[in-house]
Amino acid sequence: MAKTKKTNFPKTPTGIYGLDEITHGGFPKGRPILICGSAGCGKTLFAMQFLVKGITEFNEPGVFMSFEETAEDLSENVRSLGFDLEQLKSENKLRVDHVRIERSEIEETGEYDLEALFIRLNHAIDLIGAKRVVLDTIESLFGGMEDLAMLRSEIRRLFQWLKEKGVTAIITGERGENSLTRQGLEEYISDCVILLDFRVIDQIATRRLRIVKYRGSTHGTNEYPFLIEEDGISVIPVTSLKLDYKSSSEIISTGIPAMDKLFSKEGIFRGGSTLITGTAGTAKTILASHFAASSCKRKEPVLYFSFEESPDQLVRNLNTIGINFKPMIKSGLLHIHASRPSLQGLEMHLLVINKLMESLKPRTVIVDPISSLITIGSSSEVRGMLIRLIDTLKMKQINAIFTSLTHSGISEYNDATVDAVSSLADTWINLSNAQFKDGAWVRNLLIVKSRGMGHANGKQEFIITHKGLQFINQKA
Amino acid sequence: MAKDQTWELRLYIAGQTPKSILALNNITNYCQEHLEGRFAIEVVDLLKNPQLAEGDQIFAIPTLVRKLPVPMRKIIGDLSNKEKVLVGLNIRPIKS
Repeated sequence: MAKTKKTNFPKTPTGIYGLDEITHGGFPKGRPILICGSAGCGKTLFAMQFLVKGITEFNEPGVFMSFEETAEDLSENVRSLGFDLEQLKSENKLRVDHVRIERSEIEETGEYDLEALFIRLNHAIDLIGAKRVVLDTIESLFGGMEDLAMLRSEIRRLFQWLKEKGVTAIITGERGENSLTRQGLEEYISDCVILLDFRVIDQIATRRLRIVKYRGSTHGTNEYPFLIEEDGISVIPVTSLKLDYKSSSEIISTGIPAMDKLFSKEGIFRGGSTLITGTAGTAKTILASHFAASSCKRKEPVLYFSFEESPDQLVRNLNTIGINFKPMIKSGLLHIHASRPSLQGLEMHLLVINKLMESLKPRTVIVDPISSLITIGSSSEVRGMLIRLIDTLKMKQINAIFTSLTHSGISEYNDATVDAVSSLADTWINLSNAQFKDGAWVRNLLIVKSRGMGHANGKQEFIITHKGLQFINQKA
Repeated sequence: MAKDQTWELRLYIAGQTPKSILALNNITNYCQEHLEGRFAIEVVDLLKNPQLAEGDQIFAIPTLVRKLPVPMRKIIGDLSNKEKVLVGLNIRPIKS
């Protein structure tokens, strides 16, 4: 890869959520970018979002030259994403030019070139002072003309011309069998090539994006999942590229004073992630709710993802042990988001979590339980998603509490979700219903680990009362 | 086709390039031969009027468009193949 000083390499923000992060700032400014993929993978939407966001967010007018869909169809198709092309056109910030090439209507005799296409494009660019251009899909020309040698040399000239014109241009291309694009457009555009892909694995459809090439710039090399939703395309970086988040040394309460005493610093670090594991009925949700209540007490908003209980049920059940969520919900400090894990793919869950975090700005996030997510993905995918989630939470200094259901058996630590998270968690609390004592179950709480501070080593016995979780015979 | 039918042709060029001049000469010759007195050729230079390219869906230079009689027909290239042009425009050669 060429060595280029970051400061010398101007980039254009893409306006696509998450993509700027992967490309370290966006597309190369003033250069053509090739976006390829098979039919239906979202190339046109991708390109359109680049244009529309360019206009609405970065004040860069754009020209969309369509070789396939008519201007009317395009407007219609992207309206569902909230893009109002007609409005932008009337403001003279967008021009859509549909180039219709109908082989049956056209005869060819003698030599010609595509100068008229250049003139059309140039005219459209100059008319609105466009900085961004989309050509979708230029390969349609190959179906409409006989003189392929001329066509190839003209396309090469077109890309050169776009560079000289100084516009950042997206060129889309249909995926070929042995090459990135059917007509080998990647030979002409070598600055930045992005591949989109659409796969169905275990009946869950996933769209993925990969940066094949980005000359002169570092970039993420993974395959990144992306989503097409009501408000456009979002790309989700699988892992943040660095581990450079700040670590707070501030101590916060777990919500149970007696429990805080089990930690040498009398609480846990702010912005840490806490994992609560246990078999069914070991009071994981109750412990998590104590965390939630204490966060609300500090007037710090809580976002509670409930994958098993509806908000109503959760509120009712917790009320019986003296945790009253109702006023917290009313005051807006607590937001419970309940959904079935199988409702959507993992990426969608992560995106929903990210979006809610962005709008609600919580200081504490609870996912109850993360183990139910494993039903919708393989453990490596779940792990990938949890890493991304934990990274995001850390970056934002949000307290994270995850509960995870384990299965009683030979080893309670031998569980896929626990495996995935335990190494990422800063604090790990394991709950169990171990002993039968004086005619009643005695519950046990064990702090398995707590990074950066000492903690009690023994199993702590506790009971659930109408006032919540209470320790009995507390040991130091 | 009525005998007094007038043929309206439009030739799109971009500056006086050799290809464009050749195309204009070719079509003028063919018309004089086969449509004497019943044709009009309008030359549109897109360098001067770029906004006209979109309306007739012009992407190649030179392009000859038959506006009348309908339906519209298009021939791209320097029009050097006479047979192809006459067939493409559907001009019936006058039987001699």
